[in-house]
Amino acid sequence: MALLGQAAATIRVEALEKRYGARTVLRDLSFDVPAGATLVVTGPNGSGKTTLLRLLVGLAAPTRGSVAVAVDRSRLGFVGHESLLYTELTALENLDLYGRLYRVRERRERIGMLLERYGLWDARNDRVTSYSRGMTQRLALCRALLHDPALLVLDEPHASLDADGVGLLEQELAAGREGRTVVVATHDPGRLDALTTQRLLLGAR
Amino acid sequence: MNGYLADVAALARKDLQLELRARDTLPAMLLFVLATLVVFHFALPASAGDEPAYGLLWVALVFTALLGLSRAWAPETAAGALDGLVLAPADRSAIWLGKTIATLAFLAAAEIVALPAFALLFAPLDGAALAGVALASLGLCAVGTLVSAMAAAARGREVILPLLFLPLAIPLVVGGVGAGISEEPGRFLAFLGLYDAVFAILSWAAFEYVVTE
Repeated sequence: MALLGQAAATIRVEALEKRYGARTVLRDLSFDVPAGATLVVTGPNGSGKTTLLRLLVGLAAPTRGSVAVAVDRSRLGFVGHESLLYTELTALENLDLYGRLYRVRERRERIGMLLERYGLWDARNDRVTSYSRGMTQRLALCRALLHDPALLVLDEPHASLDADGVGLLEQELAAGREGRTVVVATHDPGRLDALTTQRLLLGAR
Repeated sequence: MNGYLADVAALARKDLQLELRARDTLPAMLLFVLATLVVFHFALPASAGDEPAYGLLWVALVFTALLGLSRAWAPETAAGALDGLVLAPADRSAIWLGKTIATLAFLAAAEIVALPAFALLFAPLDGAALAGVALASLGLCAVGTLVSAMAAAARGREVILPLLFLPLAIPLVVGGVGAGISEEPGRFLAFLGLYDAVFAILSWAAFEYVVTE
């Protein structure tokens, strides 16, 4: 494992190890991510990228070592392998639920703005189950951005997005909110070269 | 506190909305409980009297609850929505409470149909028996929602859920039947109330550990 461009910390990972039964997924991993940085995590299949991201957002607990994130849950946005959406609800209903849970101010305006920006306004009353994978990924991004997170953690966010969708995502990451820290796991780090401030390469096991 | 209750209301409303749309759970529960009572009506000898019938009512209600619980977390596991809820800043116990309320609403709806059917086919239910049903249903849903969340995260959930749930439901069956047939139903109702309070608090407090690795 190699870490490039290390600086002071907003995320601090120390001697991190994660095992599932006898299988060690991550071993002795340490790095810091400063506020406002963009960390790109890359590595081959099975190298532990998804596991690391789940540890960073608190969906998994370390076997050894520690993960400290100086951002509370209300300011954390996460896009995972799955959409984290209710497939039998519409886009509006999904975002309204999460907007309520995150206490988003001017919730309806914010939801409308995101759905417009991501090209989903016309499909806002359709159930997610009728969406294509690309549309579902766009809606997953809307859900993660709904509360204007200070830390955005994205696991393969380009997956299933068409060229327009990729453009919107990269525009979002480039424009970002001031001081937003971004962690992206991807097989294609070249796409994010212009934004990357740190790169973490996880090795194959 | 208002924020907590608003979260619970939003989560319970979401489950009711999903059920109204998909109709996955409630029709199955209604059909099951009615079919079971009809089969029991023909299976029970006419000379058996009322007391065995109360026992059969509880067999029907417990397995109807189990049917509902087996579907309870399906919307959350379909596309990882439970992770989305766990990451939200809401207290994680609100997820349990919202789901418990929705599950209780489905079970109550099944009972609204099942209890008159029971009275028609078997024997009348007095106030104590109805109070027993209400209290035991609360306990079934409180503890059942917790164990169904545990089972939902496991392989072989169809086997694990009954294994975890049925032993915990036995005291509720004892209390529910006792409230229906005893000369002194008060102590059975008090027992059910105590069970509900203890297991609701335990489930409420333990839920966070069930949904995080």
